[in-house]
Amino acid sequence: MIRVALLVAGKDLRVERRSRVLLWQVVPFGVMALLLCGLALGSAQAGHSSAAPGLFYLVVVLVALLMINRSHAIEATPGTRASVATLGLDPAGVFLGKAAALAIELWLTAIVLLAGAVLVLHTALHGTLVAVPSIIVTLGAIASAGTLYGALTSGGNAAATLLPVLSLPTFAPLLIAGERSFYSALHGGALLEWWVVSVVALAVYLALGILLYGVLEES
Amino acid sequence: MKELSQRLLGPATIVTMTLTIWLGIWVTPPDKIQGNLARLLYVHPAIATVALYLSFGTATIASALYLWRRTRSLVMDRVAHCAMEVSLVFIILTLITGSIWGRPAWGVWWAWDARLTTTAILGVLALGYLALRRANDDFELRARRSAVFAIIAAINVPIDHFSVDWWHTLHQGATLFGPNRTFHVHGSMLWTLLLSFVAFSLAYAWLLRARYRLEVKREHSNTETIEVALERRRAEGVH
Repeated sequence: MIRVALLVAGKDLRVERRSRVLLWQVVPFGVMALLLCGLALGSAQAGHSSAAPGLFYLVVVLVALLMINRSHAIEATPGTRASVATLGLDPAGVFLGKAAALAIELWLTAIVLLAGAVLVLHTALHGTLVAVPSIIVTLGAIASAGTLYGALTSGGNAAATLLPVLSLPTFAPLLIAGERSFYSALHGGALLEWWVVSVVALAVYLALGILLYGVLEES
Repeated sequence: MKELSQRLLGPATIVTMTLTIWLGIWVTPPDKIQGNLARLLYVHPAIATVALYLSFGTATIASALYLWRRTRSLVMDRVAHCAMEVSLVFIILTLITGSIWGRPAWGVWWAWDARLTTTAILGVLALGYLALRRANDDFELRARRSAVFAIIAAINVPIDHFSVDWWHTLHQGATLFGPNRTFHVHGSMLWTLLLSFVAFSLAYAWLLRARYRLEVKREHSNTETIEVALERRRAEGVH
């Protein structure tokens, strides 16, 4: 399972590296969304708002939706699914690999977005660094859930619009846990408790993905 | 026996619902603090229980049974689909009756309360389930994907249930029981409340059965239409 996961993650990351869509399209979109959030708050509020953690996660979720769509669009070309099926790859490994690749892409994007939050929304650098472990786990949970939802919607009619409808309600508890832990890291509060919520969510989505991904890919 | 119980379902629903309305409006006294507003207690908790546990639970169990190879059948897929539709109706009713109570009690139709928000999220998930079903034309794929989605969506049911304990917000905690499992509600108010649970559970069963029968007829009609069309094509070929 781990071997298959590494193979799939490597393949997805190589595709991303060669296409450079992440670098030239997804990251600029995230930065633009962050700037728009600042504009929506207004110049008086943008630098002093306690909403910065929430805005960061909101942008992360928007970026994640783009990435999930891309991650599954790779498999959508005619014959790819059939080829993967005939290879007899362990579906749990495929799920873990795709989720890992997505998580790495999200972590890389988050570095840029966090730098943007420090610069544009004036979040304290020390607090932001304290929040990093919880951000890593929350983005891992978003990647796991997103991989599952990507498989659910891929290939169907209107997959691109169906994905947000299905995944956003699921991302909501993750967004709350992530935002609360980030906020606690900046202003004090129950950082550990919210971090544990993200860890539990990550474990649940990994378990569900390992159990159910095969059912979704079954032909 | 099965036929008889099915025939009795409708009249039993009407009788228990009428009794609940009669007891709730004319027999039970107004609450000491909330006055007549407390009469919503005979509607809102029962509807919410049916929406969250009975209906969503049926959809989840039927979905799990569909995914398990031994019990995989068209019936399970249909039950899950119909239960989710009925669940959506009850979730919407939960939110509406909650808002009617919230306006005079809290001063707003909607508050960013944990219970309200998680229930609304559950409603969006039920809508998503129905959207997912419409997005796939292939029967097998549609049934499998929607079953997986129903199971994932069910994670939100315990979150909704425990939200009043995890976040101390506006919505009250357990209404029926106190911390030592003692009843908070007494006398005619308690019996009316319990009857409302029976009435809305029966209404749910009745609706589910009606929706299931409609679904079977719809599928039958679709198959017949295709068969008629094929027959016509064949006849055209002969001439």
